[in-house]
Amino acid sequence: MTVNQMSVFIENRPGSLSAFGDLLRENDIDMRALSIADVENYGILRVIVDDVYKTSTVLKNASYVFKITPVLAVPLKDSAGSLADALDVLGGNDINIEYLYAFVGRQKDRAYVIFRVADADMEKAAQALSARGFAPVSQEELKLGDR
Amino acid sequence: MGKGNYFQPEIECASPEVIRAMQDERLRDTVRRVYDSVPYYRNLMDERGVKPSDIGGVADLHRLPFLTKDDLREAYPYGMLARPLEDCVRIQSTSGTTGKRVVAFYTQHDIDLWDECCARAIVAAGGTKKDVVHVCYGYGLFTGGPGLNGGSHKVGSLTLPMSSGNTDRQVQFLCDLEATILCCTPSYAAYLGEAVHEKGLRDKIRLKAGIFGAEAWSEEMRRDIEKSLGIKAYDIYGLTELSGPGVSFECSEQSGMHINEDHFIAEIIDPHTGEVLPDGERGELVFTSITKEAFPLIRYRTRDICVLSRKPCSCGRTHVKMSKPMGRSDDMLIVKGVNVFPSQIETVLIRHGYPANYQIVVNRVKNSDTLDVHVEMTSEMFSDSMGAVAAREKELVDALKSMLGIYANVKLVAPKSITRSEGKAVRIIDNRKLY
Repeated sequence: MTVNQMSVFIENRPGSLSAFGDLLRENDIDMRALSIADVENYGILRVIVDDVYKTSTVLKNASYVFKITPVLAVPLKDSAGSLADALDVLGGNDINIEYLYAFVGRQKDRAYVIFRVADADMEKAAQALSARGFAPVSQEELKLGDR
Repeated sequence: MGKGNYFQPEIECASPEVIRAMQDERLRDTVRRVYDSVPYYRNLMDERGVKPSDIGGVADLHRLPFLTKDDLREAYPYGMLARPLEDCVRIQSTSGTTGKRVVAFYTQHDIDLWDECCARAIVAAGGTKKDVVHVCYGYGLFTGGPGLNGGSHKVGSLTLPMSSGNTDRQVQFLCDLEATILCCTPSYAAYLGEAVHEKGLRDKIRLKAGIFGAEAWSEEMRRDIEKSLGIKAYDIYGLTELSGPGVSFECSEQSGMHINEDHFIAEIIDPHTGEVLPDGERGELVFTSITKEAFPLIRYRTRDICVLSRKPCSCGRTHVKMSKPMGRSDDMLIVKGVNVFPSQIETVLIRHGYPANYQIVVNRVKNSDTLDVHVEMTSEMFSDSMGAVAAREKELVDALKSMLGIYANVKLVAPKSITRSEGKAVRIIDNRKLY
């Protein structure tokens, strides 16, 4: 059960993020979650959008370089210690996390954590999390779950 | 200093007529020799319908075909040899590490004459056998170290064969052995000056002069170095193809470099038509070496844009003076003293799966060159993992280093972001304002 995240190459210079934002706005694309990893000259912008297909087309036409990467979106109770519990599950199963980022849902008391683990660990991670009550949601559920 | 500082006064101050007679004779001899012993030359001359007997002297030079770096590449490695390999004792090579490499051969006699040329430069800078000459040009295939090292020996100075790098050790030897003449690239001289000041050792430095070459440097940079190290800074010029440094050198007047005309005939040509231009006009510098045994070159196009001047010089030398090179007639860049061709960078990019759409940006920061290569990111090269992108970037940096011999900072940029003017990408941005 994975969610498609879009990873976009962004040059590290004034205006490049704003150009990206403008493009999504012009095309009425809604972002659910966003995170940026950067080094000196460039960054990787990781974003979960409401319509992956449409966003792909828009980015391609605007000459962006991007990749679609499967990630695990895990709903958590918005309370102290819940992220630690989920991390314990992955750590206990010897699964390495490449990166993660969190966002709060529209529903009260609901947060989501996006986990990226190696492709080979994806299945194992999803199962282990599910077994402990942290079942990752699908793209559809992520979109509808909060309504 | 000034008048009276000559290594070989009878040649350096000979009358123009004597020099011309010497050139006429040596040119006739060289043309005959290469025609007889180098098939490559014989073909070139036959194609042009010119025979050694047609060349009576310098006045007939224009009848001979030009030689370019491409010819030397084609003839690599032995095709230009005018003497049997067993007569050769040394090679040197240009910095290019691709097809642009040129290997030059030397007999012992060639090395002796080369050393004498460098000795003239050292003496012109005030060097005597009482001096301590600190040579921190690179040694090895690069001609800078071996050339000045040999020249210093000829003068009889104590020679410190430091080679390049290890700045702490350089500064320590400069201080402890009280070096009086420094030989290196101008950018390294500027860097050493800074290091000396940072260490608070300025009053321990006994340098009086520096001989700096292998890269373009401005008059402003000269004054900076002179002030920083308390020296007089002299320019020196040369090409591996012709022997190395010492083809020409500056005297106390610091207004151009005297070409060693007993060894090299200089011409200025229009780079587009090949037509010989009169003294004082700006054009491409062409050299004919007339004393080389192993690797004589006739009408070799340097691609350096210069002006020649025969105005009498206050130093007493009579040999023609060339200006500092004012540019190139090809796309070669000289960065940190190393020849860089955009095509080398292109080769590396293509080999690593990047588009051949790139931009080379050269800057001079604190008197030292920096080389940035902007490369457009592609879908194939991109990854969601920061580590994977960084690893590819590093792979590219390493490959460029091994191709160019110097560090290039790779900057990954957005696709289609490299400026295009009239549909054609601007490949090189040189911000150094050297010329």
